Amino acid sequence: MAKTPAKSRKIEPPVTNRERPNEPDRYSASKEELLQFYRQMLLIRRFEEKAGQLYGLGFIGGFCHLYIGQEAVAVGLQSALDGEKDSVITGYRDHGHMLAYGIDPKEIMAELTGRAAGISRGKGGSMHMFSTEKKFYGGHGIVGAQVSLGTGLAFAHKYNEDGGVAMAYFGDGASNQGQVYESFNMAELWKLPIIYVIENNQYAMGTSVNRSSAEDQLFRRGESFRIPGIQVDGMDVLACRGAAEEALKWVRSGKGPIILEMKTYRYRGHSMSDPAKYRSRDEVQSMRDNSDPIEGVKKELEALGVTEDQLKPIEAEIRKAVNESADFAEQTPEPDPSELYTDVLVGTY
Amino acid sequence: MAIELKMPALSPTMEEGTLAKWLVKEGDSIKSGDIIAEIETDKATMEFEAVDEGTIASILVAEGTDGVKVGTVIATIAGEGEDASAAPAPKAEAPAVEQKAAESEAPAPKKADSGTKQLASDKAASVADPEVPAGTEMVKTTVREALRDAMAEEMRSDPRVFVMGEEVAEYQGAYKVTQGLLDEFGAKRVIDTPITEYGFAGVGTGAAMGGLKPVIEFMTFNFAMQAIDHIINSAAKTNYMSGGQMRCPIVFRGPNGAASRVGAQHSQNYGPWYAGVPGLIVIAPYDAADAKGLLKAAIRSEDPVVFLENELLYGRSFEVPKLDDWVLPIGKARIMREGKDVTIVSYSIGVGLALEAAETLAGEGIDAEVIDLRTLRPLDKDTVLKSLKKTNRMVVVEEGWPVCSIASEIVTIAMEDGFDDLDAPVVRVANEDVPLPYAANLEKLALITADKVVAAVKTVTYR
Repeated sequence: MAKTPAKSRKIEPPVTNRERPNEPDRYSASKEELLQFYRQMLLIRRFEEKAGQLYGLGFIGGFCHLYIGQEAVAVGLQSALDGEKDSVITGYRDHGHMLAYGIDPKEIMAELTGRAAGISRGKGGSMHMFSTEKKFYGGHGIVGAQVSLGTGLAFAHKYNEDGGVAMAYFGDGASNQGQVYESFNMAELWKLPIIYVIENNQYAMGTSVNRSSAEDQLFRRGESFRIPGIQVDGMDVLACRGAAEEALKWVRSGKGPIILEMKTYRYRGHSMSDPAKYRSRDEVQSMRDNSDPIEGVKKELEALGVTEDQLKPIEAEIRKAVNESADFAEQTPEPDPSELYTDVLVGTY
Repeated sequence: MAIELKMPALSPTMEEGTLAKWLVKEGDSIKSGDIIAEIETDKATMEFEAVDEGTIASILVAEGTDGVKVGTVIATIAGEGEDASAAPAPKAEAPAVEQKAAESEAPAPKKADSGTKQLASDKAASVADPEVPAGTEMVKTTVREALRDAMAEEMRSDPRVFVMGEEVAEYQGAYKVTQGLLDEFGAKRVIDTPITEYGFAGVGTGAAMGGLKPVIEFMTFNFAMQAIDHIINSAAKTNYMSGGQMRCPIVFRGPNGAASRVGAQHSQNYGPWYAGVPGLIVIAPYDAADAKGLLKAAIRSEDPVVFLENELLYGRSFEVPKLDDWVLPIGKARIMREGKDVTIVSYSIGVGLALEAAETLAGEGIDAEVIDLRTLRPLDKDTVLKSLKKTNRMVVVEEGWPVCSIASEIVTIAMEDGFDDLDAPVVRVANEDVPLPYAANLEKLALITADKVVAAVKTVTYR
């Protein structure tokens, strides 16, 4: 039997008595910080372009999901984390997050070409890369899985009382998976230290957000679990960093999880084999022309008096590093055949 | 030095394509990210983006050229180092003639071939099906088209049938299996879902309980693991638990097994998993005629069916009988090749390898019989045992892990019901017992080959 609602009780507006995080400020970065953001984003851009090229030449196989266009998200957010304590987990579009952590491009590129020197010794590939040293927990191929896994990382932070925060990235597509909401519920119930980052690049493969999501304002997806959400301009690295600061303040003070919806855009197809016919070329071009995160930082730098000529050496240095990583990844040997049977289990029985 | 632009591959299997259109001309300056050309294959059109910056020095392959091999130099760019002097000049500085010569050699890239190449070779001969009436016209059809035709025919004849899944409608199928269905049947019956496998598998199962006939497409069966509870606990057990009152006529279909270089989480054969579940029918066809005839049977069945396709076979063509209603019986294996010395049992993509091995063995005087199980549950024991009685030797070929596999089941059947017919222990040829590695060389080592089948046959025939 359904309960009869009490007629006399006045229904309160749902949010007034709940504490909310402040609206984040755009981060005010020093010139050095801005240059560092520029360098990291450009590294991701050039690395991904090169990866696309190597895929086209057959050096990289299988699925390869590029991060081009979304650079500001990983760079802005991860720059705010404490590398000693905090952990990060993401899905299969993972190259950018690893580069933002300063992991050697050679090790990443060699994983893409399936070589022994790759970060997963060639056995994982593009979608399955990990660096426990950097507290980067992958690199997961099943849509949405990393949300529960990230919640588990947060559980471990709380259990160990290590002061760390977990950051779990997932896309607008993954935000419709059931386990996301099961995780939200537990995270809020147990006040787990986690930042859920929805990288809303507006297309889950070929399906736009409004064709797949009844509530397409994804930052609101935590409301029924009392998890606050903030919508962020994911094409602006300073907005991303500012949001991360606010989110970290919330989570570190023991208030439980928070959601950041990063409005971003991927310039390329879902994967290398997606012709992306579901959107117009004009749409992509307009994002590139008006909202490019790297051009945005360039303008900020210009305002601080950094000229194009002063950026040239950085560009050259990045191009060189990326080319070296590609040369290395093409030439370094494949795993030894005996590696086929290693790492299946840890122990011997 | 001029930077060479090479014809890119759009997928791991692409070898050549059409240079459909140039969006730049010689002398144009380009920067990283600019779309410079459109490239077409039979499956898709892709935009080719510039990675390097500079000026287009020369265009070496004209637009509209077909059959351009991957790796061919299609244009050159004068790089940044040179553009100070060359950029404003529209005249290309690289000597085009010299470049043309280089182009004709079409340098092959050092491609790391996928181990899946060894799974789907063209060497396996096409086999005639004795169930096809004599004189029937046969039409070359890809497995992809055969599956689509099966769904379309059943949708035309039964309004209860609908198709639901990720990217099945507007995108025309992640692997283009549902191509054209949205146009013909509309959005009511061809339904794009969000990425919510557990949810839509449950919605489909409920709709089947409610009297509809859903065809639920999983983008791959790897993602069906998110939904396996509904397949097993909700769909498979309904009829039994309700004492036969409540039916669940649903088809769960999609690609299964190893695909090319997609790594451990996207390369698994779920045949043995589902075949262990009472209440399910499990079908895993090899060629296009079986794919069509069995998918039609699956859709018509009153029981829940798990229909395991194979991505590596989608693009392969086979003869399909041109009949108004080509429906095959569920639960019947097919003798793909008759022989007297040894029986090779397989299913799905393993059948091609078994046929290829049988050809090789014939050259060495060993006459192999090849059986395609086609349905994994219920398993056609009779056909297997009858063949064993004739040949007295058996090898099972399975693109999947060896432990607790369909091969294990066939071995058990031979032990329990065919022991007296065995002149040698049954040998199984399966993938290595490890998660599928990404590295090309390890992937090749992990997967089965026709050579391994030949070796196994020699073991059981003591050659």
